[in-house]
Amino acid sequence: MKSIEELKAIRDKAKEKMTVRDASGEEGIRVVVGMATCGIAAGARPVLNAFVDEVAKRHLGSVTVTQTGCIGMCQYEPIVEVMVPGKEKVTYAKMTAEKAARVVVDHLVNGNVVAEYTVGSMLK
Amino acid sequence: MFRSHVLVCGGTGCTSSNSQQIIESLEKEIEKQGLAEEVKVVRTGCFGLCALGPIMIVYPEGCFYSMVKVEDVPEIVSEHLLKGRVVTRLLYDETVEKDAIKSLNETAFYKKQVRVALRNCGVINPESIDEYIAMDGYQALGKCLTEYTPEQVIQVVTDSGLRGRGGGGFPTGRKWALCAPNKAPQKYVVCNADEGDPGAFMDRSVLEGDPHCLIEAMAIAGYAIGATKGFVYVRAEYPIAVKRLQIAIDDARSYGLLGTNIFDSGFDFDMEIRLGAGAFVCGEETALMTSIEGNRGEPRPRPPYPAVKGLFGCPTVENNVETFANIPQIILRGADWFASMGTEKSKGTKVFALGGKIKHTGLVEIPMGTTLREIVEEIGGGIPGGKKFKAAQTGGPSGGCIPADLIDTKIDYDNLLAMGCMMGSGGLIVMDEDTCMVDIAKFFLEFTVDESCGKCTPCRVGTKRLLEKLDKITSGNGTLEDIDQLEELCNYIKANSLCGLGQTAPNPVLSTLHFFRDEYVAHVVDKKCPAGVCKSLLHYEVIPEKCKGCTACARVCPTGAISGVVKQPHVIDVNACIKCGACIEKCRFGAIVKR
Repeated sequence: MKSIEELKAIRDKAKEKMTVRDASGEEGIRVVVGMATCGIAAGARPVLNAFVDEVAKRHLGSVTVTQTGCIGMCQYEPIVEVMVPGKEKVTYAKMTAEKAARVVVDHLVNGNVVAEYTVGSMLK
Repeated sequence: MFRSHVLVCGGTGCTSSNSQQIIESLEKEIEKQGLAEEVKVVRTGCFGLCALGPIMIVYPEGCFYSMVKVEDVPEIVSEHLLKGRVVTRLLYDETVEKDAIKSLNETAFYKKQVRVALRNCGVINPESIDEYIAMDGYQALGKCLTEYTPEQVIQVVTDSGLRGRGGGGFPTGRKWALCAPNKAPQKYVVCNADEGDPGAFMDRSVLEGDPHCLIEAMAIAGYAIGATKGFVYVRAEYPIAVKRLQIAIDDARSYGLLGTNIFDSGFDFDMEIRLGAGAFVCGEETALMTSIEGNRGEPRPRPPYPAVKGLFGCPTVENNVETFANIPQIILRGADWFASMGTEKSKGTKVFALGGKIKHTGLVEIPMGTTLREIVEEIGGGIPGGKKFKAAQTGGPSGGCIPADLIDTKIDYDNLLAMGCMMGSGGLIVMDEDTCMVDIAKFFLEFTVDESCGKCTPCRVGTKRLLEKLDKITSGNGTLEDIDQLEELCNYIKANSLCGLGQTAPNPVLSTLHFFRDEYVAHVVDKKCPAGVCKSLLHYEVIPEKCKGCTACARVCPTGAISGVVKQPHVIDVNACIKCGACIEKCRFGAIVKR
């Protein structure tokens, strides 16, 4: 170890791998993936992993990605809910890993809801 | 990238209740469910809530599972990790609120705690140097080596008001300042990890949960006093601690955080582990150094103090593990931050090992000045079985007790000393009304008699005589004169022993005599043990009105001392009775009493 900068580089890299352990992340954005049997059968796991990877890739430290059980609209699984503090919850339906990547960029980073993926647009 | 981290306690407490098997089973189940790429299992140090072990925390939700069994693992994996359904039956009940899960930090046990020395225990993987660095590890060392002069480092530690956490409470900054100016070709930093007080395990917990913290602090101390070599003296009974510390030392070396020219500053420092065989006297600083030198662990007279002539005759600074564990945070967050916690003369926090008759046995770190009531009733969850608090014992075999009417005392070095107690290393044993104070004094004396090294007579012979007197009193043969002689002998041993072991060994007797003299008197005058503990002074009786004649007691009695006809009141033959208490446990009608 020759410099503080070197140490800080290791710290920042290691810290990123541990953000998941910050339970105080309630202040930040929460992404909740439906992972009941129906969700898993419809392919929720790749969706969940896509969210985790994309969030990590973009260093979105304040975003928590978690799972939940069945919401009750099994035909629309995989369902993903995005909760931004102070805003109304947005529910995305029939998600895929590709769609997840777009939700991360458009919604989580830039704040624009991807209207065409929402459950509302599919019910129309 | 892992979406979930499962933290399992790998401290000694949880390891002894199978946490290792739980980890293995977790990894197997996770593999089976195809989650190996998604979920990471982390073995951490102690969380502190040992009463509820084995403990597991699942992130990102922060679910706190307690008393997990190996059989529960498949359910946790298939329900929680796979489907996101929390296994509510395993949640620590205090974290469960209606329709919500409280954060662990809001529970009574953790709410009042301030974790400085234990801040990484139960948070990081102690075998990963990267995780320690992620929690700002080694930043303090870097700051010292690149921004501060050794004098400035000592000044910060002095200003913080940190005092030795091993027992004596000597100001750490002053200790370093005494050693720094002594010129010598070789100087040493020694860490006293020879934790010997019965029931105290905070040092072990730091070593097991955050070993790098100790390495960093010792290197800082080395820089401050001009030492290039460190020794950690740790007892061989702590295999997990020794293993993790060795891994940490090796990793620190490979990162260049130990070795030569650290941070390109020209400062060299390296360290080694020395194993102790578990002699209590080796916790005394001069005996510890004698033992590191390869000799029989016996103390030597001071002066010369170790700061002048310590290990191998060289100037040496010796501090306890918990003292060191505070150093990096003091450097990083400043002396003012540390001094803002605690009381006037005792700054910062102190770790206590809660034990005895208390609901939440475990490890707690609280600001100095917290009252005993807060520790026992709030953090500790009170005394089980609706019993009354009688006293708390601090400082182990060197300490004394705090009686119930002083429960609102603020705990710090000086208040404890004023009560005839001692901070000691921080063992805190809670006693309820079923505890006999004479018996407690005897228990600690048995320990010191065993552990006295034998070098000086007052300790070797004096403690033995003390124990004999106590034996006489608890067996019902004592007189009032014995109590006076007990007191006189105590004061003599205190004044004339060579080292801290002997000088403090009579404290448990003196303290119980001071606060509970009436119990001693009851033993010698009334020949009664008020708490019903001392076997020679009590006998067992059947209350005929309550006895239904179920014969359960007669069947369980190992000596056949109980006789009687079915459905008729039974009788205990006091001559045959060995007072084992088996009958009381068995009786469903509360018909057997100790008198």
